[in-house]
Amino acid sequence: MVQQTTANALISVHDLTCIREERILFDALAFSVNSGDILQIEGPNGAGKTSLLRILAGLSRPYAGRVCYLGQDIGRCRDEYNQDLLYLGHLPGVKSELTATENLHFNLRLNGYVDFDTAGILGQVNLTGFEDALAGHLSAGQHRRTALARLWHTQSKVWILDEPFTAIDKKGVEQLERLLLAHADNGGCVILTTHQDMNQITDSRLTKIRLDYRFD
Amino acid sequence: MLRGIGYTQAFFTLLLRDLKIAVRHRGDIFNPLLFFIMVVTLFPLGIGPEPQMLARIAPGVIWVAALLASMLSLERLFKADFSDGSLEQMLLSPQPLSLMVLAKVLAHWLLTGVPLIIMAPLLGLLLNLETQSYAALIATLVLGTPVLSLLGAIGVALTVGLRKGGVLLSLLILPLYIPVLIFATSAIDAAGMNLPYDGQLAIIGAMLAGSLTLAPFAIGASLRVSTN
Repeated sequence: MVQQTTANALISVHDLTCIREERILFDALAFSVNSGDILQIEGPNGAGKTSLLRILAGLSRPYAGRVCYLGQDIGRCRDEYNQDLLYLGHLPGVKSELTATENLHFNLRLNGYVDFDTAGILGQVNLTGFEDALAGHLSAGQHRRTALARLWHTQSKVWILDEPFTAIDKKGVEQLERLLLAHADNGGCVILTTHQDMNQITDSRLTKIRLDYRFD
Repeated sequence: MLRGIGYTQAFFTLLLRDLKIAVRHRGDIFNPLLFFIMVVTLFPLGIGPEPQMLARIAPGVIWVAALLASMLSLERLFKADFSDGSLEQMLLSPQPLSLMVLAKVLAHWLLTGVPLIIMAPLLGLLLNLETQSYAALIATLVLGTPVLSLLGAIGVALTVGLRKGGVLLSLLILPLYIPVLIFATSAIDAAGMNLPYDGQLAIIGAMLAGSLTLAPFAIGASLRVSTN
């Protein structure tokens, strides 16, 4: 389902084309994301989901087309966009030499937050008792939770999450889904990829964009 | 839930984090230093212990070893952050990229450059450096090693996305290091002959001022290209 591009959308994408290794991943892609939307990018491995998310976050440049934040090209308003963006990629950005608390503290500080309660936030992602454990010693799921913890504090409206449910247990997935719903209800938007079925976020709430593996 | 930390705070947050990581990962600090000491101590063994000969080559040997040690340590500057995704988070943070990059380079210099400066006089003693050259040695290292870190960081930022960027990195940055080496060793030589060497120092100082102001932008832009 591809929506019409509107001028006052939070994020709007115009004629986006991405070419990797001489292969067209997608071309002339156009859609827009309004506040309250949860958008899922679907598609098989290698279809370009991560490439699309990286372009939306402004990490990669598209071959053609542009991505706009509040009607302005993200290359032109990078500072404002970064203020309002939370991107979590495949790589969680968690340092194994630092403890869970230090990681969260640094990630929030890097995004300009002061005066937050790290223990409380880590409690939200069930890491109570592991606050002072080095992230390198945590399990894969806990490692991921350390990265996800910042979602419970951020004020950014645009969330771009690449496979956020990887390595998270069932209860954690449910919690995270509820958080995403609450975020969308509060005027934010979520763009995510996942191969898991979601229970809390129903299809009626979800907008889907399908990317297919192309052989041309 | 206040939002808005000053540039200074952002700078020190990143600086302290890098120092903390390095302290927990001590090998990163000691490897370049050990390399520096080994290269310099091997020279007298290799070419014989004549004091005049050693005094003649001391400035060059110490500086070449410092330069190579600094280059050796550079590769790790952005590598870890690149491979665990922290670099992406930095690129997407609302803080100015050049400021964060400068904090990282400063942390790197504090960890690898400063130990070299502290060790250098001892190694000078080993190589029978002229007494009047010590001040020049320290001065050139204090002004010169930050230049090496700053210029090197541009090369590292350009090659961080490559799997085997080591050789390319050396090719990219060695030519940029040569002017620093020439002026530094000529300053120490001049000091050894009781000649004024403030001209050479001024040139290294100018290189430092130039790279301190311009390199952070180049490093930031290179990082954006590498992660594309």
